[in-house]
Amino acid sequence: MGLFGKIIAKIKGTADASTADWDELEVALLEADLGPTLSSEVTAAARAARAENAADAISQILRASLSSKSREILRTDSGPCAILIVGVNGTGKTTSAAKLAHYFAKQDAKVLLVAADTFRAAAVEQLRTWGERLDIDVAFGGDKADPASVVFDGAQQSMARQDDFLIIDTAGRLHTKDDLVAELGKVKRVVEKVMPVREILLVLDATTGQNGLAQGKVFAQAVDVTGIIITKLDGSAKGGIALAIEKALDIPVKFVGTGESIKDFAPFDPDIYIQGLL
Amino acid sequence: MFDSLTQRLGGALSSLRSRGKISSSDIDTTCAEIHQALLEADVALAVVNEFIELIRTRSLAALPQFQSGTNQAQAVFEIINAALIEILGQQARRVRFAKNPPTVIMLAGLQGAGKTTLAGKLAKFFADQGNTPILVASDLQRPNAVTQLQVVGESIGVPVFAPEAGNGRGDAVKVARDGIAFAKSKQHNMVIVDTAGRLGVDATLMAEAIAIRDAVNPDEILFVVDAMVGQDAVRTAQAFLDGVGFDGVVLTKMDGDARGGAALSIAHLTKRPIMFVSTGEKLSDFDIFYPERMASRILGMGDVATLAEQAKKALDSDSAAKLESKFARGEDFTLEDFLEQLQAMSKMGSMSKMLGMLPGGAAMKKQIANLDDGEIVRTQAIVQSMTPLERRDPKVLNGSRRIRIAKGAGRAVSEVNSLVERFGQAQKMMRTMRNGGTPAGMPPGLPPGLPPGMGMGAGAPKSGKLIQKKKSKSGNPAKRALDERG
Repeated sequence: MGLFGKIIAKIKGTADASTADWDELEVALLEADLGPTLSSEVTAAARAARAENAADAISQILRASLSSKSREILRTDSGPCAILIVGVNGTGKTTSAAKLAHYFAKQDAKVLLVAADTFRAAAVEQLRTWGERLDIDVAFGGDKADPASVVFDGAQQSMARQDDFLIIDTAGRLHTKDDLVAELGKVKRVVEKVMPVREILLVLDATTGQNGLAQGKVFAQAVDVTGIIITKLDGSAKGGIALAIEKALDIPVKFVGTGESIKDFAPFDPDIYIQGLL
Repeated sequence: MFDSLTQRLGGALSSLRSRGKISSSDIDTTCAEIHQALLEADVALAVVNEFIELIRTRSLAALPQFQSGTNQAQAVFEIINAALIEILGQQARRVRFAKNPPTVIMLAGLQGAGKTTLAGKLAKFFADQGNTPILVASDLQRPNAVTQLQVVGESIGVPVFAPEAGNGRGDAVKVARDGIAFAKSKQHNMVIVDTAGRLGVDATLMAEAIAIRDAVNPDEILFVVDAMVGQDAVRTAQAFLDGVGFDGVVLTKMDGDARGGAALSIAHLTKRPIMFVSTGEKLSDFDIFYPERMASRILGMGDVATLAEQAKKALDSDSAAKLESKFARGEDFTLEDFLEQLQAMSKMGSMSKMLGMLPGGAAMKKQIANLDDGEIVRTQAIVQSMTPLERRDPKVLNGSRRIRIAKGAGRAVSEVNSLVERFGQAQKMMRTMRNGGTPAGMPPGLPPGLPPGMGMGAGAPKSGKLIQKKKSKSGNPAKRALDERG
């Protein structure tokens, strides 16, 4: 049973659910990090749909708040498909980059990882360790190299190798650091000198609260984010902020990370996610 | 941090201020505003409700006294301030040092909370106070976490005990235990144990954390939590409290715009104080958490205490004393001294961070955020492109020397010119000071001759305005009225 199961059962069981019951539902939504606005909207909709249909009504409105954009990552016919991994510090960008590379490699795609996080101590080594474990090539530069130059070299290599995917791990940066966010734009432009950037994936920690919305807004503005990867969904956090972001910014969640193992990674399935919530 | 919370509260309170008399319904409206603001800041619902109830009852109880008082909004403000301090945990608590060294500090928390970086910051913080910490690399899970700690340790000159390379292999408990023994043998008075990140629900890893705890018997277990965390924080914190347990909380990534509401909840519900905050990517971006100061910041009252402390930390050191004795010997203020002062200033942290701590600073956060800290760097570059002779005696700076300096610093010649000119003024000022005079408008401690827009800060009135005030009044009353209004 999901998060709201108990409450929904309770609402169903009573012929006329009391205000307290509805409040309880709203609290549950709040605790899933959907945020005050979306939570009260969902509660109002469920209430309007009458008690016996509450579960359907909730699942419907949650689904309606999701983005209608495609959740697929398209393979390009010619040349590698460049994917930029961005996000704030500590959300799991490096791990997600490795998982994504593995995901494509399993489908017999040719993948190159680029270690463009030259800022955090040992981030390059972390990605290279992943590369060795997964037998995926990793392009990297010297210590404290300029990320743009590492990315440019990586993109050229990838072009020459005729990869299917080029996955670029960037340094974590808080969305409030204007100059660091602007640097992402530069990284993107540098790749675009060699090949178009097809996907910019924002990595979002499932435990993030309402601040996730601010993160989404700033990154989307700076580099035109095309999708989201939610990480650490294996904990008790529900990642409801992703729903709030999908609704507010129309950016689809594309992948979820559900554990520390390389296999704990899958395309996002909205049906399963919403079922899990209910 | 907490800025949007500050803005929301500011809005609620200023509408309260606009009232002459405050009624109980005004208090209800204010409470509803604060309720929403706190929820948007990820404060747990239970805590929000408790907090609101506290403010409501106290305000209502004080209402009869208010009616006759003059500044009613201020009284409500103070009630909120007091309640905030209560929730934030009253007093700052310091780390308990062990009677028999080493003092052992163990870090625990979710993945990505920032434990490894924090381990380095803690080590630097205590090393700066004259302790001899050692870092123990017990995070053997995350690939290259051990390497990361080694790099961090090296950059701050703190030794790292790392017998295992990690990457999923090795016994974290044994590393921790051996680390303590090693620290004892090398007479370190403090050990900081970095552990692997774990989810609250991960029983295996929690058991490992407990085993590490039992092996090292820490004096303090610090729960490291990301300021951006959401409503789940309370559940996670509870799981850690029930599992490995902790004595204090450290908030990381407070330099973002996260409102840190979850931190409020954790401190309040677990009854464990927030002890430290980490506010940036540099290893010195770290400080003790003071509930009173934090409450002031949330309410937009500024944090002058911290600012003063930082200024002291950066400026009271040797350089000021050296400068003084230099003057006493009758030597002149040179570009070298100027450079030293600039470097001391940049040690204090970014301009924007410092100005943000001033009262009302929160209101102009956006302008402050884009203040150009590069100006100091560029000025430094220009001075550093000069020869020692030029630094001591700028009079030798002829045209070709200036061109060379500009090229060396990668700046325009005009910038070199204006620096030299500003320095000339500063030098004159210093001479006046040495001769016993105090030049007008010079704040003590700040280096003179700062580039325009720096130093006195964005909040200071433009000098143009001051001059205007001194302008003689017009004899024509109508024109005078116009002048005064304008």
